[in-house]
Amino acid sequence: MDINWKWDMFFEAFPYILQGLGVTVGLTFACFLFALVFGFVWVFLRRIKFKPVNWLVTWIMEFIRSTPPLIQLFFIYYAWPMVPGIGVSLSSFEAAILGLGIHFSTYIGEVYRSGIEGVDKGQWEASTALNFSTRQKWTKIILPQAIPPTIPMLGNYLIIMFKEVPLASTIGVVGILALAETYGTDNFRMLEAYTIVALIFLVLSYPSAILINKLEKKMNRRFDKKAALQDSKGAVV
Amino acid sequence: MTESIKENSSSISKTNSDPIVEYKNVHKSFGDVEVLKGLDLDIYPGEKVALIGPSGSGKTTIIRMLMTLEQPTSGEIIVDGKNLWHMEKNGKLVPASEHHLREVRGDIGMVFQHFNLFPHMTILQNCMTAPIHVKKEGKETARKRSIEMLEKVGLGDKLDNYPSQLSGGQKQRVAMARALVMRPKIMLFDEVTSALDPELVGEVLEVIRDIAKEGEMAMVLVTHEMDFALEVADRVIFLDDGVIAEQGAPSEVLEESDNERLQQFLYRFRS
Amino acid sequence: MINAIIEVFPVLMKGINITITVFILSTIFSYLFAFIAGLCRVSNNKLVRAGTSVYVEIFRGTSLIVQLFWLYYAIPMLFDVGIDNRLMAGVLAISLNYGAYMSEIVRGSILAVDKGQTEASIALNLSRAQRMRIVIFPQALRMMLPEFGNYLIQILKATSLVSLIGMTDILYHGNILRSTNLSAAPTVYLLLLVFYFIMALPLIFLTRKGEQISKRGVAS
Repeated sequence: MDINWKWDMFFEAFPYILQGLGVTVGLTFACFLFALVFGFVWVFLRRIKFKPVNWLVTWIMEFIRSTPPLIQLFFIYYAWPMVPGIGVSLSSFEAAILGLGIHFSTYIGEVYRSGIEGVDKGQWEASTALNFSTRQKWTKIILPQAIPPTIPMLGNYLIIMFKEVPLASTIGVVGILALAETYGTDNFRMLEAYTIVALIFLVLSYPSAILINKLEKKMNRRFDKKAALQDSKGAVV
Repeated sequence: MTESIKENSSSISKTNSDPIVEYKNVHKSFGDVEVLKGLDLDIYPGEKVALIGPSGSGKTTIIRMLMTLEQPTSGEIIVDGKNLWHMEKNGKLVPASEHHLREVRGDIGMVFQHFNLFPHMTILQNCMTAPIHVKKEGKETARKRSIEMLEKVGLGDKLDNYPSQLSGGQKQRVAMARALVMRPKIMLFDEVTSALDPELVGEVLEVIRDIAKEGEMAMVLVTHEMDFALEVADRVIFLDDGVIAEQGAPSEVLEESDNERLQQFLYRFRS
Repeated sequence: MINAIIEVFPVLMKGINITITVFILSTIFSYLFAFIAGLCRVSNNKLVRAGTSVYVEIFRGTSLIVQLFWLYYAIPMLFDVGIDNRLMAGVLAISLNYGAYMSEIVRGSILAVDKGQTEASIALNLSRAQRMRIVIFPQALRMMLPEFGNYLIQILKATSLVSLIGMTDILYHGNILRSTNLSAAPTVYLLLLVFYFIMALPLIFLTRKGEQISKRGVAS
């Protein structure tokens, strides 16, 4: 066993690799935003009652979800420009947003769906009884109730996406992983370089996970309290 | 009053004067709340004891400590001459090991308010598991005895059903068979009819009545069924605020006592 | 198009052995690590619990791709292995990573079994080990099934990463093909995606089956 480790190189590499953090974090939020918006598209597509469409949408989502995001990235970055007629050439950053964004939008869509299904049926009936338009039903009644309980779950996906973003280095996005690779190969210090990347991820994602866990508990309590309140009211009637 | 208790106890224990369970100055707290404030209680072989009292009075805690589901904060519990929560090691008393607990609690069985049947096993498997794994009985013996016991509680035709396919009353009868197969010397019943629909209470009480008639097993029942306590128990104990407030023969306690708290408690049940 | 497929397909298939080998080995070890770590996290021993949660938090807190590269460079220093250290790094990274995630499911399921079950097994005088083996674990296992199925698909997806450390899996061969003939790229990556999807299909159905069993499971 021969552990080849140099602390001075470790400290030299740290600031160099850290320069990539802006890109990594920026890409994370860009992908997340894309997935948040696109998630709604899936929700509404899945609500189409026409059977063949519904079936098609379900399986497209399943396809995107159960195939590797890495290959999806390659497809969008390398293959898409080659497709005759509709092909568009994208920068690696754009391709990463699109690729990871679409991949995770299928998960986010499911989160939304669970939130919407969690809204009491009576709310639909009540909003129909009050003669709201379909649009108003969604924006004023259903979504304001459906989305808040899903916030912790969405937060979890933000952290998961943060950890998937380094995949984008394979198509040339220069975040912390790509810089570590550069530094590592230039100086033959791979282990130090990757340890730094791992540390950065740990330091950022672990506290975030704890924070979200706390938020989840807090929200659970809040919604339980609400439910209990309704129960007690129900008992009086 | 004290006189009459002693008299009563001795009349029960005339065949065997050594108690099978002794609580000696037992205290139990949950956080800041002291549930039991120095309990002294002897239970004799074959004796049927009913514990009554308002909720929070500590009656369930008494039997849960005996089953080793809760640990006393202080005091001793002696089972058949053996200290339950402590053991001797190099001449000193130390907290009981898992091994010691298993040795002592082997004589004790318990039936729970919410049945706690094993949902992934059939009725028969529920009964056979402990004889096989704890008593190391052969499969055939365990099977035969389990079937006998299930027939005794009137469920001989449900052997291969799963708990989810039974009514509450049937589940509770299985739970009793499961405990009885282990041939305990002491059986604990923790509000065994409280979770049942009213029309199912009768069948469960019927089984307990039958077990009680056989006589050799000591039974401790935490119950809200006053009429049943009157009928089955040798002794009724009224717990209030962490202490024994009244005890004696059922008719004395339930009909003749002038303890004010007991009167209030009973009034709520009789009204 | 058909011509392109006929041309590309056999090239990709050269990597199929590697992809499937990595998937099967990773699955086995992921489950192994998940059960060991999950049981350790409900152990009575504080030290065991603490040690295991350090493992779990490190692997959940960092990225799989980073773990993969790290192990790829660390393994030759840590072990003087004669065997293919790329295979070892690939399988180990995927299994340690998903083992950590799945151990949380093992732990959660064990803790989710009704307390009354433990109490009833104490009342029947079962030993600690018997309680876990006969009563708690079989019930917990049923609760784990749907999530375990989902992670099977995640593991399958993760196998594509091993091409990044130079393992010659299907993606590796696809990338080579693309670098020599860029116009083949759409066929290459589409075929790869379809291939992964076909492999995922049985896992998707398995997961649904697991959900049914789990739902049927455990109400007392």
